Amino acid sequence: MAKMNYKKRFSDLEKRMVTSPDGEEFEVDPMKDYFSDARPKVHPPSKITPLENFMNWCRAESIYILGFGTGCGAIEMRPLMSPMYDAFRFGIHWRPTPRQSTVFVIGGYASVKTIKRIVRSYEQMQGPKWVIGLCSCTINGGMYWDSYNTVNRLDHYIPVDVYITGCMPRPEALLDGFTVLKKRIKEGRGEGSNEYAENFDWYKANQKKIIKSWDMPDYNW
Amino acid sequence: MERIIENIKKQFPLQDVNSDHGWFITCEKKDVISLLTHLKITGGFTHLILITAVDWIEEDRFQLTYLLNNPQLKIRLGLRTFIERSVWPDESEMQSAHHLWPAVKTYQRELHEMFGIDFPGSPEVNDPLILEYWDDIPPYRRDFDTKKYSEETYFPREGRGSNDPAEYMKSQLYPNEGGKSQDFPQEISKKSSGEKNA
Ligand code: SF4
Repeated sequence: MAKMNYKKRFSDLEKRMVTSPDGEEFEVDPMKDYFSDARPKVHPPSKITPLENFMNWCRAESIYILGFGTGCGAIEMRPLMSPMYDAFRFGIHWRPTPRQSTVFVIGGYASVKTIKRIVRSYEQMQGPKWVIGLCSCTINGGMYWDSYNTVNRLDHYIPVDVYITGCMPRPEALLDGFTVLKKRIKEGRGEGSNEYAENFDWYKANQKKIIKSWDMPDYNW
Repeated sequence: MERIIENIKKQFPLQDVNSDHGWFITCEKKDVISLLTHLKITGGFTHLILITAVDWIEEDRFQLTYLLNNPQLKIRLGLRTFIERSVWPDESEMQSAHHLWPAVKTYQRELHEMFGIDFPGSPEVNDPLILEYWDDIPPYRRDFDTKKYSEETYFPREGRGSNDPAEYMKSQLYPNEGGKSQDFPQEISKKSSGEKNA
């Protein structure tokens, strides 16, 4: 199959010299302006235990969600915003961009095409960050376990804190998952982003094994 | 409908007319584009519903189906044709119909990606659609083993069992009649809640 040339397509993203209106010449590298490709660092928790506990309590009580809704299970996230379930009373809010979120909710199956987007969004989130795998498909592939394009275990590509079983789970199960996540964070066990930094090479090798069109930096934030 | 088919028969050599489940006509590969053009312009079949393919691996051929709709008369007609099935990495070839409907382009891209049927001249047909840079046998071909591929590629979680549905239902509903009862559901729920779930 003929390969498409991504570079040609996005030629305005290439490095080039630009002349400003006052005649000054400077170099522009659009791809470098938006991210840094340095390796992620481990940020160990604070040694002062009461402070760390307080921080964890704060983190647990203000959960900002980034929803990744490409699987069918993501439909169960919407009722939580409605008055009937009202997730806001638990301090759970929905945010539109990765930069503003702390919890990444993967709603259902992830294909090779979407895992690429998942990885990018995950890396753009600010640490500390947590991941909830919603639905059986994120755990072992669910009903798509033998499919040619669906990943079986999400935790081989990004660290997952809580899994919620069901095909599909009820909104109550999702709320329960958030409660479990809060407990984990308060106990100081939600160290997903550090885990990712520690095992960075392993995660990258797994990701690169399936993503054949690797046209992005290794790490970006 | 019979009148329309009679009309078509007068102008094009049809191999087969079938009305078991809707109307389907079969013609030769070289007549397809002219017949499609005829149906669209003079037959009133202005709406293309879909293009799809079937892999008849035993007979060594692909079946292409063009489903058309006539919104005025509210009738549907399927046009079938058989093309030669090449062995991967060779691609089978078919004439492109992208000049008739804009949507054809996308269907042909999909067929190219999923079945390895090439449509020379169709715009963007080589661009990846769903699978980005697939390098194996196109996955909808029947000689592609999805289970094996998935096991090799996607780290299957151990502890997953599976049952033959008929046997399993028999053993659950009529346990005294010889079906061997299995403790499958308990095992799955134990394993799938996962060691990470707090
Ligand atoms: S577990 Fe079921 S509901 Fe959830 S994404 Fe998979 S198929 Fe859809």
